Amino acid sequence: MSNATEDLAAFRAEISDWIKQNCPAALLGRPMGETGIVWGGRKWTFTDDNQRLWLDRAITRGLTAPRWPTQYGGAGLTRAQEKIYREEMQKLGAPPPLESFGLWMLGPALLEFGNDAQKAEHLPKITRGEIRWCQGYSEPGAGSDLANVQTRAEDMGDHWLVNGQKIWTSYADQADWIFALVRTDRDAPKHRGISFMLMDMDSPGITTRPIRLISGKSPFCETFFDNVKVPKENLVGELNRGWDIAKYLLTHEREMIGGGGQGLLGARSVAQILASQEGALLADPVLRADAMQTEVDTLAFSLTMERYKDQAEAGRGVGNASAMLKYYGTELNKRRYELMMATAGSDGLEWEGPHGGLAPEWLRTKANSIEGGTSEVMLDIIAKRVLEMPNT
Amino acid sequence: MSAPMKEMTQSLIDTEDEVMLRDAARGFLSESSPVSALRANRDAGRAYDPALWAEMAQMGWTGVLVPEVAGGADMGHRAAGILAEEMGRTLAASPYLSTAVIAASVLRQAGPGAQGALESIAAGEAIYALALDEGPKFAPKATAMQAEKHGNAFRLSGVKAFVADGATAGRVLVLARTSGSAGDDAGLTLFDIDASRAGLSREQLSTIDSRDHARLIFDGVEATGDDIIGDLDNGFAALRPGLQAGQAALAAELTGLAGGAAAITLGYLKERKQFDRTIGSFQALQHRAAHLWSEIEVTASAIANAGRVLDHTPEDAELAVSLAKARAAQTAKLAVSEAVQMHGGIGMTDAFDIGFFMKRARVGAEWLGDYGYHAAVIAAARGF
Ligand SMILES: Cc1cc2nc3c(=O)[nH]c(=O)nc-3n(C[C@H](O)[C@H](O)[C@H](O)COP(=O)(O)OP(=O)(O)OC[C@H]3O[C@@H](n4cnc5c(N)ncnc54)[C@H](O)[C@@H]3O)c2cc1C
Repeated sequence: MSNATEDLAAFRAEISDWIKQNCPAALLGRPMGETGIVWGGRKWTFTDDNQRLWLDRAITRGLTAPRWPTQYGGAGLTRAQEKIYREEMQKLGAPPPLESFGLWMLGPALLEFGNDAQKAEHLPKITRGEIRWCQGYSEPGAGSDLANVQTRAEDMGDHWLVNGQKIWTSYADQADWIFALVRTDRDAPKHRGISFMLMDMDSPGITTRPIRLISGKSPFCETFFDNVKVPKENLVGELNRGWDIAKYLLTHEREMIGGGGQGLLGARSVAQILASQEGALLADPVLRADAMQTEVDTLAFSLTMERYKDQAEAGRGVGNASAMLKYYGTELNKRRYELMMATAGSDGLEWEGPHGGLAPEWLRTKANSIEGGTSEVMLDIIAKRVLEMPNT
Repeated sequence: MSAPMKEMTQSLIDTEDEVMLRDAARGFLSESSPVSALRANRDAGRAYDPALWAEMAQMGWTGVLVPEVAGGADMGHRAAGILAEEMGRTLAASPYLSTAVIAASVLRQAGPGAQGALESIAAGEAIYALALDEGPKFAPKATAMQAEKHGNAFRLSGVKAFVADGATAGRVLVLARTSGSAGDDAGLTLFDIDASRAGLSREQLSTIDSRDHARLIFDGVEATGDDIIGDLDNGFAALRPGLQAGQAALAAELTGLAGGAAAITLGYLKERKQFDRTIGSFQALQHRAAHLWSEIEVTASAIANAGRVLDHTPEDAELAVSLAKARAAQTAKLAVSEAVQMHGGIGMTDAFDIGFFMKRARVGAEWLGDYGYHAAVIAAARGF
């Protein structure tokens, strides 16, 4: 064994011990529906003390943000260590102590584009689960055509004045802050007049209205901005260059959605359902063939996530190819859930049944290929940017 | 994921040496063996060009899996896969898989007695074929061909239905039954015999890919204990490294083939005009091209992984190899179907190259196990 391999083996043993000693037994192996997720924030209430205990301990060890620098509350792990940490968590059935848009999206963008004051102010509150963020990108007229955002921020000298409307803002009603794309120059070409802004959801003039989803829940909202005053220092990066940040953040969002970021996709495995319905599966050659194909593609896709991370690690960025991860991963996840529903049969038809909330999870996966940029938009990106296909 | 996948410390991207090997192979093959060379072979009625094979030997490719003591370059399975991928891009025909990959992987496990055979593979002198399938589908355990004991010798009788490089090979690795019955994996023995041995006749098949495939008829062919590779009745264990190496490299070839077909198609989409636009500007075709590219990317990961696992933990390679072959068969099929469709009428003509890709993809999909065979291996390994 090489030194590197030995070091990783030691890390595995250490982190596995740590999880065993610190994750309350009651949380182990619990099915991880959307209800099991700890999102944090000022409005958050834990479903039980075990969740709180687990979060507190994880914070102490930096493990809410395994790869972030320790100065902001991360654990500073290498990618190999992070992977081992996640594998050990999965092996023991330990739930992630905290999930949030701050961890998935805003954090990486601030680490790249934020100034020191912004990083020092916002990152530790994300790793400690104190502030919950939502994402204000989409508007009624700006979905796939995101650069068409019309919500505007006017420079009032000592503050910004924001007016407009966002839509599909996930968890806006439960979030403390929002990161948003706002138009700061109406005369510039549409990609060049957008800025990236942070706003406190408690600011006077911000209101939210929930929208109910087909999966029965109401996690997203319309968000209205009516003469909202925003401090000048809440602009991230350069004025009118917010599109670059928006895109950078989107690549993180897409990799997370494509790769089965546990919060959105659910950590359910096909094997679990198959095991419980084995008779049905073996008796049905169509289901069996479908299960084999799904497994083949799932294994190959997870290796592709690995390969792309290896590439990023080697300093060769993934760039527009992240659109492929989003496209492939979400379409695959929809297939997995169709398979699980078909395997479960009538056991999967209740909102809450023998397989827990399988049905709402299945419904929720249909959004995976829409949120964060639709499959069609991802294919456009691959065709135009990767394959350089012509416009005319 | 644990066992089937590469270890944490290995990377799935090409190392600097591998990048150089790939570049060199691509440069050489596009010069010396473009698709037009396959066409010329076909029109001349020959399965491959011996001069090309000699050049491959000079570059060390025939010895890619042969130990250095036997004159090989011993570059490993990932490298062997990279070479196969590049051969797939231009459909370069040669006995590379049968000889340099399958036979070399079998013989290097066979002890000091095989040193001479390995030397002649590395030198480009020996050409091997693997005589395995007896029916239309890959099913090694179903081997029924008898090797009957006669005094100190064996007599082999039966038919091997589909033997790659079987008409040109000077030597044949043949799996036959010394005990047990069809369906058992025990009781099989692997022999390494000269193709000119009395009682062995060969019928060249005229296959769609214009390569060498033959039916081998064994009629009381004599073999002795010296011809046995590995142990009596345990030939499957002796063959396994060769099969796995061959499956991984064939999967790599198919992935290169898919990439080659996709590249030709993309070029056509950027050039052909209809309705006063390049057809590649139509979103319907853009999305099909993008989807195909995604499938090839995903398969390429399984190919790289299989090479890494064979190099580092060959005892755990089954799942990784089957994953590579299953994905590659499907991806190549998609690539060639999409390629023909997006070319329109010209894609159906013999004068245009894309048909060669379709025909080789079909043969490659069957040889050494089709999608269904390997998907079933994966399903079993994953517990359902
Ligand atoms: C569950 C969920 C959560 C979300 N959370 C958030 C959030 O937190 N914050 C946020 O800002 N947004 C969020 N969104 C919004 C999401 O990003 C948008 O829905 C998405 O970008 C698509 O925009 P749209 O809904 O306007 O659809 P449209 O853009 O109107 O698309 C409709 C259809 O047309 C297709 N289409 C559009 N343009 C093209 C084209 N050029 N070529 C081919 N086909 C095209 C699309 O692919 C789609 O099939 C969320 C969405 C969902 C479903």
